Amino acid sequence: MVHGHFSGNSRMIAILAAAALGWAMGSTPSVNAAAWEPTKPVEFVIPAGTGGGADQMARLIQGIVAKHGLMKQSLIPVNRSGGAGAEGFLSVKAAKGDAHKIVITLSNLFTTPLATGVPFSYRDMTPVAMLALDQFVLWVNADTPYKTAKDYIEAVSKAGPNKFKMGGTGSRQEDQILTVSLEKATGTKFTYLPFKGGGDVAVQLVGKHVDSTVNNPIEAVAQWRAGTLRPLCVFDDTRMPYKQRVTATMSWHDIPTCAEAGVPTDYVMLRGIFMPPGVTQDQVNFYVELFRKVRETPEWKRFMEDGAFNQTFMSGKEYAAWVEKAERQHRELMKEAGFLAKP
Amino acid sequence: MEEINALMHGFSVALSPFNLLLMFVGVTLGVIIGVLPGLGGANGIAILLPLTFTMPPTSAIIMLSCIYWGALFGGAITSVLFNIPGEPWSVATTFDGYPMSQQGRAGEALTAAFTSSFIGAFVAVVMITFLAPLVAKFALKFGPPEFFSVYFLTFCSFIGMGKGSPWKTLTAMMLGFALAAVGMDTVTGQLRLTFGFHELMRGFDFLVAVIGLFGIGEILLSMEEGLKFSGSKARINMKVVIETWKKLPMYWLTYVRSCVIGCWMGITPGGATPASFMSYGVAKRMSPNGAQFGKGHIEGVVAPETAAHAAGTSALLPMLSLGIPGSPTAAVLLGGLLIWGLQPGPLLFVEKKEFVWGLIASMYLGNLAGLIIVLTCVPLFAAILRIPFSIVAPLIIVICAIGAFTVHNAMLDIWFMMFFGVVGYIFKKLDYPMAPMVLALVLGDRAEDSFRQAMLISQGNLSVFFSNWLVGGIMALGLVMLFWPLVNKLRGRA
Repeated sequence: MVHGHFSGNSRMIAILAAAALGWAMGSTPSVNAAAWEPTKPVEFVIPAGTGGGADQMARLIQGIVAKHGLMKQSLIPVNRSGGAGAEGFLSVKAAKGDAHKIVITLSNLFTTPLATGVPFSYRDMTPVAMLALDQFVLWVNADTPYKTAKDYIEAVSKAGPNKFKMGGTGSRQEDQILTVSLEKATGTKFTYLPFKGGGDVAVQLVGKHVDSTVNNPIEAVAQWRAGTLRPLCVFDDTRMPYKQRVTATMSWHDIPTCAEAGVPTDYVMLRGIFMPPGVTQDQVNFYVELFRKVRETPEWKRFMEDGAFNQTFMSGKEYAAWVEKAERQHRELMKEAGFLAKP
Repeated sequence: MEEINALMHGFSVALSPFNLLLMFVGVTLGVIIGVLPGLGGANGIAILLPLTFTMPPTSAIIMLSCIYWGALFGGAITSVLFNIPGEPWSVATTFDGYPMSQQGRAGEALTAAFTSSFIGAFVAVVMITFLAPLVAKFALKFGPPEFFSVYFLTFCSFIGMGKGSPWKTLTAMMLGFALAAVGMDTVTGQLRLTFGFHELMRGFDFLVAVIGLFGIGEILLSMEEGLKFSGSKARINMKVVIETWKKLPMYWLTYVRSCVIGCWMGITPGGATPASFMSYGVAKRMSPNGAQFGKGHIEGVVAPETAAHAAGTSALLPMLSLGIPGSPTAAVLLGGLLIWGLQPGPLLFVEKKEFVWGLIASMYLGNLAGLIIVLTCVPLFAAILRIPFSIVAPLIIVICAIGAFTVHNAMLDIWFMMFFGVVGYIFKKLDYPMAPMVLALVLGDRAEDSFRQAMLISQGNLSVFFSNWLVGGIMALGLVMLFWPLVNKLRGRA
């Protein structure tokens, strides 16, 4: 989840790249004669900087679509991270009826408008599909004595306010919301340190500049496998399903839930796709079908496993209802934490 | 010696005819990408990434990293010829490169820039080969106070450099800080100085400002001065390469300093841009020819180019060994690694030996290929200056506009570029230095973030900047740099 500095690609370059791609791929096998399909390259908006979780997923999708020839036209990822992602969502909101533009979400779909008052919401866009749900794990440095979430929470509440440092991505975003829920359990305050991206945060923890983080699995898995970070609990009501060993002794499934340690927070991050408003059902169906195919590729399955994603897939009304509920949850959590923008 | 064996094996992987071909293709594409302002190495790699999915991972990373080397080389070309930095880290190259080209020494400046780039990269690769694990550990020592101290040192090594009034330097720098503050504030998560305009949310991009200030500003000046390039008498043959090479060994000390600065800034993700500025500042301060800097002194090209390339190369090390990108380009490459099923991080060196050492070997070979390609093109590049101004100037303006647009796909940025062009013209006329403003714009928000993070850690106590030998040492060095001109002045009077 990098809300950082980045640069994007211009439409002209998109066309150049499309030409290059066409040349490289030769004749790509055609998609089943659907009622509608893109007639020019599709802009894939990433409302975050390069290198973060959303960016990695979008670029993976671009790669899968190109490699397996799932679409005649190419998919061009464009980072629009300005204003904690508001820039990207506003550009989708403004592109009414443009079926050659899709956007991948992270929690900033909900948190950014609530925290800054920038006017956009999921209602301004057309929901396409939920690709996966990203989990959050409480991590500490492996050199610390805390073996369980309980140990850590006890140590934090004993030390008193502002003695322990929590590193996270952005301010008033998902990482800080989770920090507030931990503060409720410990009864004391962390010093919350906002960084620009999830990768930075993991490294700050390895270097012991912060005491804990709530990184997504994919952001910290490399350091876990190398034995420098230790997961304490996952912020969900059930454990992660992946039983394959990640380190010599543990799998994702072996990480207890935070509820077991007395922090009853159930929080996941939406990795879903939206389109601009005013597109036709045919056009939405094309992308739903496209992402169904993406999910069936071995590359996608492997990525899901590496990042311990929750692989729920939804589209249509079911998806819209889920998004509505998620927005309500964010509003409540942020209201409790005092993160809502002043009108 | 284990490394040497591994490296030799890497060479055997990298040296297949197919991989060699990819190297040359990659470098050539990279040079083109580097020449176009705005279209940086990161974008170039992002666009070409899908082309490589059908290749074996080692071949793919070789081609992509060669695009990266090419872009690093290419950034210098327009800086020297037209005063337009193709890449952010080439800004410092314009300070002396462009005056040299105005004096008809474009070939010399380009040769010096390319050779220095190569040396910087070579030293960084040697370091990656033999010191990777050690160096990765050093990078972990950098928390917010340490990062702030690095930015502080960069600013300090630059203050007092301008020939003009220190007040003008200060004004320019403060203007840069003000522009850097526009947009999202990381620490509070609130928008600042946007005055309700959503377009201002992403802030002022450094590249847009630079393209305007340097590129458009320079065109405006040339128009006033009689519509021609002063460098048109540039000599265009290969002898200039040999003659320049004869001069370069004189500046060995500058090379050593610049390599150290570059490697260091690349590993702690400071990156190539601060490295080039800091290296220029330090070289000017330390060199016996300091007074010549800014008037077309070859050392002023050597210092920033060496450091930028050393930093750009060593930025790949934290990516491979820690899984954190040291630059935006490295971030895009990281995405590529994931698609090939490679997980960057501490175990990559253990689990995917062939891939890692193939990549490292390709760094040696790719840079060599790059040097050969760009050096043979020096006369060609220098000949561009012979084209009449009335033909080239409109082309430059169009390329600048495309570059500014490319950064965020925003029409507004082209207007900003024009605005900055006028600012650049006024600055030149009133003798305000542009470098401090650019420096503050590029590092201002990062310096602010790390300062405020450090203040959060220490609960507002400034002593955190002297809390251990590392941060204390860098801060002390910065303070020495800051007060050096003052000390010199006092000594002179006494």
